[in-house]
Amino acid sequence: MGSPESQRMESTSQPNAISFRSILFEGSGQGMEGETQQEPPYFADLNLDQVINAVTSGKEEYNLKAFFYTSLKDIKTIRYRHEIMKDLEGQTLFDDIKTFAQGMHVVREYIGLSEKLSYKYQKERWFLDAVDLYCDVVHALLDDLSRADLKSRGLRSFRDYLTSYVRSDRFTALLSETEDVKTDLTNVKYSLIIRGGSFTVRKYNSEVDYSAVVEKTFTKFKSRRDPDLAGKGSVTDYRVKFPDPLEMNHIEAQALAFVAQLYPKIFQGLDNYCAKHTDYLDKTVSDFDREIQFYVAYLEYITTLKESGLKFCYPEITEPDLNVPKGAVHLYDYECFDLALARKLVSEDSPVVCNDFYLAGEERIFVVTGPNQGGKTTFARTFGQLHYLVSLGCPIPGREARLSLFDQVFTHFEKQEKMVSLRGKLEDDLIRIHEILTRATPRSIIIMNEIFTSTTLQDAIFLGRNVLEEIIRLGCLAVCVTFIDELASMSDSTVSVASTVDPQKPAVRTFKIVRKPADGLAYAMSLAEKYRVTYKTLKERLPS
Amino acid sequence: MKASLLYKDRDFDMEQHLPWNEDGLTQDLALDTLLDAMGNRDKFLLDVARKVILSGSRDMNTILYRQEILRDCLRNPSILRSAYEIVVEAIEEKRKSFWAFFSHRSPHSVLYGANESMRIFVAKLKLLRGIADEHGHEFKSSGFSRLFTMLRQELSDEYFEEIESHLTYLGSDHDVLVSADLGTGNKGTNYVLRKPPKFKVSWMKRITLAVSRKSEPFTFHLDPRDERGAEALGNLRDRGMNLVANALAQSADHILSFFNMLRIELGFYLSCLNLYERLEQKGIPVCFPVPAPADERIHSFVGLYDVCLALRTEAKVVGNDVDANGKELVMITGANQGGKSTFLRSIGLAQLMMQSGMFVAAETFSANLCTGVITHYKREEDTTMQSGKFDEELRRMSSIADHVTPDSLLLFNESFAATNEREGSGIATQIVSALLEKRNKVFFVTHFYSLARGFHEKGADNALFLRAERGDDGSRTFKLRAAEPLETSYGKDLYDRIFVTLDHTQ
Repeated sequence: MGSPESQRMESTSQPNAISFRSILFEGSGQGMEGETQQEPPYFADLNLDQVINAVTSGKEEYNLKAFFYTSLKDIKTIRYRHEIMKDLEGQTLFDDIKTFAQGMHVVREYIGLSEKLSYKYQKERWFLDAVDLYCDVVHALLDDLSRADLKSRGLRSFRDYLTSYVRSDRFTALLSETEDVKTDLTNVKYSLIIRGGSFTVRKYNSEVDYSAVVEKTFTKFKSRRDPDLAGKGSVTDYRVKFPDPLEMNHIEAQALAFVAQLYPKIFQGLDNYCAKHTDYLDKTVSDFDREIQFYVAYLEYITTLKESGLKFCYPEITEPDLNVPKGAVHLYDYECFDLALARKLVSEDSPVVCNDFYLAGEERIFVVTGPNQGGKTTFARTFGQLHYLVSLGCPIPGREARLSLFDQVFTHFEKQEKMVSLRGKLEDDLIRIHEILTRATPRSIIIMNEIFTSTTLQDAIFLGRNVLEEIIRLGCLAVCVTFIDELASMSDSTVSVASTVDPQKPAVRTFKIVRKPADGLAYAMSLAEKYRVTYKTLKERLPS
Repeated sequence: MKASLLYKDRDFDMEQHLPWNEDGLTQDLALDTLLDAMGNRDKFLLDVARKVILSGSRDMNTILYRQEILRDCLRNPSILRSAYEIVVEAIEEKRKSFWAFFSHRSPHSVLYGANESMRIFVAKLKLLRGIADEHGHEFKSSGFSRLFTMLRQELSDEYFEEIESHLTYLGSDHDVLVSADLGTGNKGTNYVLRKPPKFKVSWMKRITLAVSRKSEPFTFHLDPRDERGAEALGNLRDRGMNLVANALAQSADHILSFFNMLRIELGFYLSCLNLYERLEQKGIPVCFPVPAPADERIHSFVGLYDVCLALRTEAKVVGNDVDANGKELVMITGANQGGKSTFLRSIGLAQLMMQSGMFVAAETFSANLCTGVITHYKREEDTTMQSGKFDEELRRMSSIADHVTPDSLLLFNESFAATNEREGSGIATQIVSALLEKRNKVFFVTHFYSLARGFHEKGADNALFLRAERGDDGSRTFKLRAAEPLETSYGKDLYDRIFVTLDHTQ
């Protein structure tokens, strides 16, 4: 826990409802400045779109994407979230929060029905049930939080708030009135008398079940065969399956209106209750219900990964620093992996290969070379993902990590040639890279994946060098995946890393990215053999 | 009754399997642009065009048969349009009248719906006959001559009268005689009925009232307010009408199939007409291609252009003149943005269009038929993360090897470039060599100098080398000419142009 300010916050967190602001943002410091629905432009390249879509999938009602699209620029808020994440890693608390969320979800469903349906007493009953459930859910949450050993400032402060809310007159009055009206309604019972053109409602008087009487009368006929069905083998089921819509038709509604006239006092009570409690829902509780899902969603996403043995950690966070002493490691993550790929592999029961990386002293740029399908692109994505996840305040892939804040992320991944653009692909590449270099600052992160593949080797080397020189001059963090070995050793700020192969079986990729000089071996032939598209195998395969 | 406008002896099968590489072809050749123009906002036409083009014929006679019919259509556009419109109206009016059919599914409504459909169809068939009577002689192709003769013979006036008499009889609500057995049936619901002793009397009262109105023996007169009773009687009548309603509805379905088939076969030519008119508007030429047998090596054309690019752009498109007769390999190199991809697309599109019986986008065009058009284009990074780009390229190549048949036409666009030049060229050389030796024709666009150079140095006379041209001022002309490969792609030009204004941050 770093700054003096955050320590002060912790020591003064007395039971004081006013001090709680949001479970995502501390009392002071960065907040949400308008919620964006706009995915950051680099999401698709880094496969973060897959991650966030999967994380938020099934939780659309909370509109969580806005939270995941907003990266924090402030270490203090990141720590605030780390504490809450750690609390929620406790299984009991996590389950308690999920139970609460489920309850609140049903409350909203009831309210939705109450708003959607047309008839007064039907609407009112759904409203009553919603509020009844809301009271239960709030009580249960407070019980659960009181039992929990909370360490985070955020959750403790929320618990204090909830305690005072439940004790407030507003809440206790709501609770007792709800109970009264509910009990009255449960005790109402009535009968309908339906005629050719009329029906009557009256109080229920314990009449006999007529269907049982009729069945008994006709039992003797049961074995008679229907001539229409002879030879058909099966007996037709004439029962019509009635649809059971929630909506009432006007007859049902009229019946209910009669019931209400039979029991005027009870229904007057319901009317009054509904009119009085439209604002039953506490804003802080409802915000909490939404915001806590940020943590729940992410933790749920990483649970299966953790169970398969992958490691997550709370990284140390630094500001970008241009003057790191020679040799001092200033950025690292050990045993990290691509969060999107890992989920896919784990779901297929395939092993996930973890990688280590570090940057020391002047080093800022990874130049990744080596055999194709060896994990180069994955490494580049991982680097970008890790930094972004840090900026959300989430635990990140890796055993131990220290990563940097950033102002912007830029990615340049090769795009499929589109006919819409009549410009050549190379020109597109150059224009986009130029735009990136114009907007990037020394605090930015740039990730480039296999650029200049559609020009000659000579051109690619020329262009690659020029672009990399610009990045070096800028001094920002970067990963550059390339097949051009010449780029790997351009300056002290570049680190040459390469995908590797199993020396015994060159066609087998290890998916390990390690520090080593680029050696020009791309093992393309081994792949061609694997797919049986060498000259020799094709001659055998192709029909004459 | 068959239309036989696409094949002399059979209907076109809309359900047939399209080639395995349908998606790749569509994407790589930008087929959607072509199909949009052919469909002209009619999804059905677009779909027909797509299927005919992708299932192109390998039979020279079929192609010439279609060319002849298409010439008829281009000469008589308004007649083709009215015939097609009649067919579509028949189908659409029937579709709209069809709802009653489904919403109350009883024999009565089936009969009603079938009768209505029949009346629609008869009216449209009469109109089609009228076209055959009036304009049949204006069509010279064997396909149309046969169709119009068939319409005149099969849809005679006597035949229409016969239909009319059935519809009149079945369309009226006259008495029916129906036999039946007694049956049981006690619809129960899950409602819990309670015994209502006090209401027994009032129920009896209602039935008695009805019986008391009886004026002749064994006759029951429904109380006007007894709606359930009326419903039950209607139900009996329905049962009686069941078989005839079924027969009429099935007949209506047969006629509908005839219209559907006509819609497909006329539709293809209408889609060609749409495209023709679009291109005519832009003032760019088309021609009927001269197909050659598949085992020959013919590819020669004047002014061949990319029809999709032409449809998209207002600018004048540049056509290419190439004589590649006798060539099995055409290798295209040269400047970026030099029109290489466009050229490759124009080759693929012309082949597909020719083999579907269409005109092609050129002043003159001749090529041998091929057993399949196959594209291998560079693709975007695989988002399912299964493999690297090069791996994916080789995997696709392997799947091509599974499907390729001799005399195929293969179009490679910057393939195997996701690795370094030395290895990419090496593998491409092996693949192309194998394909050529197995009697395939290959067009290969590449910026790999060593790949193009290697084939050039072999000096084989079955290979042609084209280069994207470049003016002396560095500007691109988008025209290809025969020339040996050169070792640069002018990336430096672009860099200077784009980065010259770059302000170095720092």
